[in-house]
Order: sequence, then C-alpha cells, then structure tokens
Amino acid sequence: MSRFVREMRGAYAFIERNVNLIKRYWGWELVWLIYSLTNALAITYIGNGMSAISGTEIDTQYVVTYLLVGALIWQYLSVIFYAISEMIAWERWEGTIEYTFMAPVSRPTHLVGTTLFAIGYGIVRTLVILGIVVAFFRLNLGGANIGGAVLILLGGSVSFVGLGILAAVLPLLYPERGAQMTNAVAAILLLISGVYYPVETLPTWLQTIASVSPATYVIRGMRACLLEGRPTIELLPTVFRLVGIGLAVIFAGLFVFRYVERYAKRSGRLKRSG
Amino acid sequence: MTTQGLERVIAGERALEVEQVRKVFVRRDRKKGEKRTRFGRRKKEHVTALEGIDLRVSRGKVFGVLGPNGSGKSTLIRLVSTLLLPDAGAIRVFGHDIAKDPFAVKRMINRVSVDAAFFKKFSPIENLMYAARLYGLEAKQARAKMREIMKRLGLEEESFDQPMEHMSRGMQQKVAVARGFLTSPILLLLDEPTTGLDPHSKRDVQGFVREIRETHDATVLLTTHDMEEADRLCHQIAIIDRGRIVALDTPEGLKALVPSEDGAATTLEDVFIKLTGHEFEDEEASK
Repeated sequence: MSRFVREMRGAYAFIERNVNLIKRYWGWELVWLIYSLTNALAITYIGNGMSAISGTEIDTQYVVTYLLVGALIWQYLSVIFYAISEMIAWERWEGTIEYTFMAPVSRPTHLVGTTLFAIGYGIVRTLVILGIVVAFFRLNLGGANIGGAVLILLGGSVSFVGLGILAAVLPLLYPERGAQMTNAVAAILLLISGVYYPVETLPTWLQTIASVSPATYVIRGMRACLLEGRPTIELLPTVFRLVGIGLAVIFAGLFVFRYVERYAKRSGRLKRSG
Repeated sequence: MTTQGLERVIAGERALEVEQVRKVFVRRDRKKGEKRTRFGRRKKEHVTALEGIDLRVSRGKVFGVLGPNGSGKSTLIRLVSTLLLPDAGAIRVFGHDIAKDPFAVKRMINRVSVDAAFFKKFSPIENLMYAARLYGLEAKQARAKMREIMKRLGLEEESFDQPMEHMSRGMQQKVAVARGFLTSPILLLLDEPTTGLDPHSKRDVQGFVREIRETHDATVLLTTHDMEEADRLCHQIAIIDRGRIVALDTPEGLKALVPSEDGAATTLEDVFIKLTGHEFEDEEASK
C-alpha cells in the first residue's frame, strides 16, 4: 500500500469522525445553529432600525445588506476557525488524544482531513443560515459579483485554516483551559476586522493591528463584490494577498504546532485531559 | 537488580531496547506550606519517574513489568508509544529510535491502556473504524476483522452498534483490547489490560494475547497488577520501584530469589513484596 493511500485514509478518518460527532451531538448542533441564526438576525435588525435610532433617513437596505454580509462571512470564517482549533480540544474532552497522537498519521494529514471537513461544514451551515435569514429581510444582490465573492471566500478560508492551526496549540499547551482561550482569539479578530463596521472607525492603533488580520481583507473584499459589484480583476490583489497571508500562517502554524507537540511530549502534557 | 536476567536475554532479533532511560516531570502541585517564587508562582518540583532503565526484549516474547502505583510502569509504556520523549537515554523499537524516527515506530506498535478512552457516544464499530483508518487499513477488511476480534473476545454482536457510554467498564475494556489488536502490531504495549475485567473476560484477553503472539509473531510489553497473569504469560519480568529496575529475570528466576516460607512454593507476589516492600493489595486499593 502506498504512503499516499495510507495518508488519504488517515485524512478521511478525521472527516468521518467529525461527521459522526455532528450526528451524535445533533442536539448541540441545533442549539449552536439557533444561536448563530439569532445572532445574525439580531445584528441585521440593528440595520433595520437605524433610521428609527438616529431619527434621520438612511439607506436601510444598504445597511442591512452590509451587516448581513458581515454576519454571514464571520459565521463561515469562525466555523472554519473553531472546527480546526477544536481538533485537539475534542480529543482532550473525549480522552482519546493519546491514541490519535500514537497513530501513524502525519500532522499535515491530520490537518488536511480536519480542513476539508471544516470547509464543507462551514459552507453547509452558512447556507442554512442564509436560507433562513433571507426570509426575514429583502435583499438586493442584483449587481453582485458572486464569482468574485467565491474567490475571496476561498482565499479567506486558507487564512483561517492557518489561524485555526495556531489556535489549536492552545489546548495542547493548556489541557484545562486551552479550548476557552481560542474564544479570546476569535473575539479579537471579530473586534479588529471590521465585521460589522468599517475598520476606519477604530482607533489608529487598532487599525494597524487590523491590517494584519486576514478577516479584514475577506470582509472588505466580500462587500466590494456583493454591495458594489466590483469586477473580479480588481479583486485579484486581495485574493493573492489572502492566499499569501494564508500560506504564511499555515506554515507558521505547522511549525509552531510541531514545536508545541514536541514540548507536550517532553513535559507529559498529552496525558492530562481537560 | 539481578544481573542474571540481563544476561539471560534470549538471543534473536531485538524487538525493544531501552538504554539508560531517564524521565523527570516538572510539577507545580499545591502543597501545604509550599514555597513560592518572588512573583507568586508555585516553585517547580522535579519528580523522577524513571531513572537509568535498561531492558531488552527479544522478538516474539512477552515481557512483563511489575511495580507499585507510581513506580514508572505507565511512563515506560508511554515512552515506547512515542507519547513521551526521554530526558536521557534511548529507546529503539526494532532498531528505530522513538525520538528520531517516531513514524516508523508508530506503524509497528499499538497500545491498550487501563483507561479505555473512546468517543463515548460512538459505537464500538465507529470507534474501531476511526482507529482502522488512522492506521491506513482498508474499510471492508477492517470491518470484518473488528467483528471477528470482538466476537473472539466475547462481546455480543448486538452491542457492536450501541454507544460506548451504554457499555459496562469491562465491555469497554474489551473494545479497547480489540482496538489494540486490530492493527496487527508487531509490538503490543499492554498497560494493565485486564484491570476491571471479570475472571472469564480476563481469560479471554489472556488467551488472545497468547494467540496473537503465536500466530502473528508479536512481541508484548505487559504491565499488570495481576501476579498470576504475569506468571502465566511472561517469558521475562522486570520489577520496578521508584523508577528503577530492582529485579529482572524469568518468572522462575525471580521466584528463586526469595526462599520459600513454611514449605509453600514462592509466588511472584512474595517476590514483589520482598523486593519493593509493598503489599500488592494495598496498591490495588489505593488506585
């Protein structure tokens, strides 16, 4: 049997395991979906109520679409981030981490399986939420560049895979609280990346940090496609930047993960479960 | 430590070589009256789990490791499993160093530990299929093999698709044993595999260990609290205490170290108590 076939079987193990986890914890999945949906609705209703809040006439439909794009894209990116960062946390919770780390499967293979699942799961989940949300609001995406939006989203996915790997080292380093620490990483990205407001409204020092967040470029690019209908050719620099950042973060993530895994094996941190 | 043991190692291919292995853990545990650093952190405490461990296991043999709780048995198994890295010394599995070539080692080993760790909401089949895929096994063959092993271990077929959380501790442990055997390892690491099993199940597992050794030419490293099990299965036994080997020999060789009392034949338990100063039942009770 070739090494490639063996590694692909290994990658599929993680896809199948994660699908089984969704099936077995379907109640939790439902609760999580309702939470995400109500969150997206609540944020979008802020746009609907802007005229009433400010007492001035504004383009409500534009604001609603602006917020909805932010809410849905963040929903998709955060699903990828959490699905990958939880690849260690799940093993900690179930106590199986030693068996997975003992198996003859390389960490990149582990990552490929988890990433393929995360992207598929993120797309399905976001489409379900989108399908429900459009029933609540009248959206006008007539002039949108959907093809460009998909391209931006794929570039953004690469970046978030890298961020997910970096965050996955936290449960490896801190068995008890590592998984919760990843929430702080996601919250910081949400704050600085202009998900619900233009980055320019942030203090200058936060804008500087925002310039290194891949989410900033994904959200900006998606709005340019969906709200302004910018042609794909104009979006290519953003796509290349996202892929560039993504690859850099993935390699950095793999390097850090390998280092931390070795540290965990030296210090005996694989044994303790959270 | 008896030196005869090391000298009596049966000639042949070395399945496992452990050379002068040392493992120390750093802890910051809470203690009454503990000292703290200037910055309020608990001071580090160095706990030596293994010190200068030396052993060699020939291919196809069952090597037992006996010792009180906290003596370093599980640390040794984790080191060979590539889950820990030694602070000093070297461990080789069929010539492959666990630190330098862990991937090659992982393909040759599997482990059954006392804590049957599974995805508790998954069925035995789902858990074993996950393990099979991680080891690159073909799904159809793996499914047939896992059913065969589980039946052989006395698991009811109706339980194959039930969530693990609904199974008894003993049944879960049998699935853990099946997971260890599924990938046909040539070095099988058994860390108290029969703890918690009823006598009948114990015999099933012990019979299967013997069978896999004979039919598959597997080598077994076994830690156990069951002296009869060690006596029945092991070709050689090391007794470790406080991270050091205090005796290493065949079961008969170890028994010869302790003179019989009241005319009764010396048992491994007598040897264990004599060499470690621990009552075995106390150790079991303190678990």
